[in-house]
Amino acid sequence: MDLANTFIDWLRPDWFLNLAVVSDDYNRGRYVAGLWMTIKLSVVSIFLSLLVGVLGAAVQGAPSRTLRVAVGLFVAFFRNTPPLVQLYFFYFAIGTVLRITGENGLPQPLISNFGWAIISLSLFAGALNVEIFRAGVEAVPRSTVEAAEALGYTRLQIYTDIVLPLAVRVSLPALGTNLVNLVKTTTLAYAIAVPELLYISAQIWSEDLNVREMMNVLLVSYVGLVAVLVWVLHRWEKALRIPGYGE
Amino acid sequence: MTWTPQQPIVSLKDVHKSFGSVEVLRGISLDVMKGEVICIIGPSGSGKSTLIRCINALNDIQAGSITVEGLEVNDPKLDKLALRRKVGMVFQQYNLFPHKTALQNVMMAPIKVLGQDRAEVENRARALIAKVRLNGKEDAYPGELSGGQQQRVAIARSLAMNPDVMLFDEVTAALDPETVKEVLMTIKDLAADGMTCILVTHEMGFAREIADCIYFTDRGVIVESGPPATFFDNAQDPRTQQFLAQIL
Repeated sequence: MDLANTFIDWLRPDWFLNLAVVSDDYNRGRYVAGLWMTIKLSVVSIFLSLLVGVLGAAVQGAPSRTLRVAVGLFVAFFRNTPPLVQLYFFYFAIGTVLRITGENGLPQPLISNFGWAIISLSLFAGALNVEIFRAGVEAVPRSTVEAAEALGYTRLQIYTDIVLPLAVRVSLPALGTNLVNLVKTTTLAYAIAVPELLYISAQIWSEDLNVREMMNVLLVSYVGLVAVLVWVLHRWEKALRIPGYGE
Repeated sequence: MTWTPQQPIVSLKDVHKSFGSVEVLRGISLDVMKGEVICIIGPSGSGKSTLIRCINALNDIQAGSITVEGLEVNDPKLDKLALRRKVGMVFQQYNLFPHKTALQNVMMAPIKVLGQDRAEVENRARALIAKVRLNGKEDAYPGELSGGQQQRVAIARSLAMNPDVMLFDEVTAALDPETVKEVLMTIKDLAADGMTCILVTHEMGFAREIADCIYFTDRGVIVESGPPATFFDNAQDPRTQQFLAQIL
C-alpha cells in the first residue's frame, strides 16, 4: 500500500505536470536554449561522424598499407578508450596547448568547449561508423565490383556509385544504434561546461531545488529527441528499400 | 603498335597464370579475328574462366602476352579504361547493380565512365533493352526480374559501352533450361550482327551452331581446336574424345 502511495505521489501534478520549465519564463528560456544546444551537438556530430565513417571505410579498402594501418589505429584508439576520457584529453590536454593571443593581448583557447565537444563526439562515433560501414562494404559481393571494373569504372567511382549505396543499406541498423548512442553521449559535454540539456537542467534544479521534476523533464526530452532520430532513420531506411532486393 | 583489322583483334601468346602455387594457365595461345565467334569448352577447373578474365585484365598474367586491338593487356602502364571500352563482359551471375533499375543499369556506365550525354544515352539504352526483348521492363529492379531477364539486361549494359569484343563467361550456367534459350537467342543476334564474341560455355549444341572455332581446354592448355564440324565429329585427341563422349 505504501508503495502504491509513493508511486501516486510521484505522479502528483505539481511534480510531473506543473513543470518549472513550462510555467516559468526564465527557466523555459534556459531549457529551450539547452535543448537547442543538445540538438546542435547531435546534428553536427552525426553529420561529421558519418563523414568520418564513409571516408574511413573508403581508405580501409585503399591499396596503401600505410593509410589502412593509420585508419586501423584511429579506430582502435577511439574504440578502446572511454568517451569521457577522450573529451578530457581534447579539452584539457590539447586545448591548453592550442592557444592564440586574443585582442586583449591575453592567451585564449583556439577552439571553444563547444568546438571540442563536436570534435570529440564526431571522432568517437566516427570511429565506430568506420567499422559499421566496413562491415557493409565487405557485404557487397566481389562479383558486383568486378562487373563495374569490367565496365571501366575507376576505384573511386565504384566506391561512390556502387559499393557505398549498397553498403549503407546493409549498415543502417547498426548505424542507427550508434547514432542513437551518439545523441545520448552528448550529455558528456556537461563535463566541459557546454550548456546542453543536462548542464542546464542541473543549473535549474540547483537553483529551484526541483531535482525530481527536472529528472522527469530530462528523461522525457531525451525520449523525444531519440524518437525523432529513430523516425528519421526509419524513413531513410524505407526510402532506400529496393524492390525485390533481399526479400 | 597500330592495329589493323587484318590482324587478330584478340591475340594470346603463350599465356601463363598461377594462383599461388597452382598453375591454372600453362601456355595458352589463340588468335581471334574481328567478327569471329569462338567458344572455349572443357571440364571444370581447366582454366576457361580464368582465360577470358585475363583478356580484360580482371586477372593478371605471369608470362606471355595478350593484346586487344594492339593494346598490350599485361603492360603495367596499361590504360585499363581504354581496354575496357573495347571489351565488354557478361558474367555467370549477371552481377547487375541491384539498387538501379534495368534502364539505369544500362545507362550508368556510358554517362559515368564515358561522360556521354544523358538524353542520347537514354535513347540508346531503350533501344538496347528493346533489342534484348525486354520492352516494358525498363523500370524494373534486378530483384524483380528472372535470371534470364537479368542476364539480358547485363548484355545490354555491356553493349551500351559499344565494345568491339564481347566476353561471355558461362552466361547460361546459372539459368533454368527455359530461360537459357532466350539468352542464347540474344547472343546469336549479336553474333549475326558481326560482333566479335568469345564464349566460355557448356552448351555444346549452341557452340556447334554459333562458333567459327571451338577450343577445348584441359588442365591449363588448349588440347585441340578447330571448326565445330571437324571438332565435334572428328576429334583427334583422346582427351577431347573422352570429354565429348561424356557430354554428348
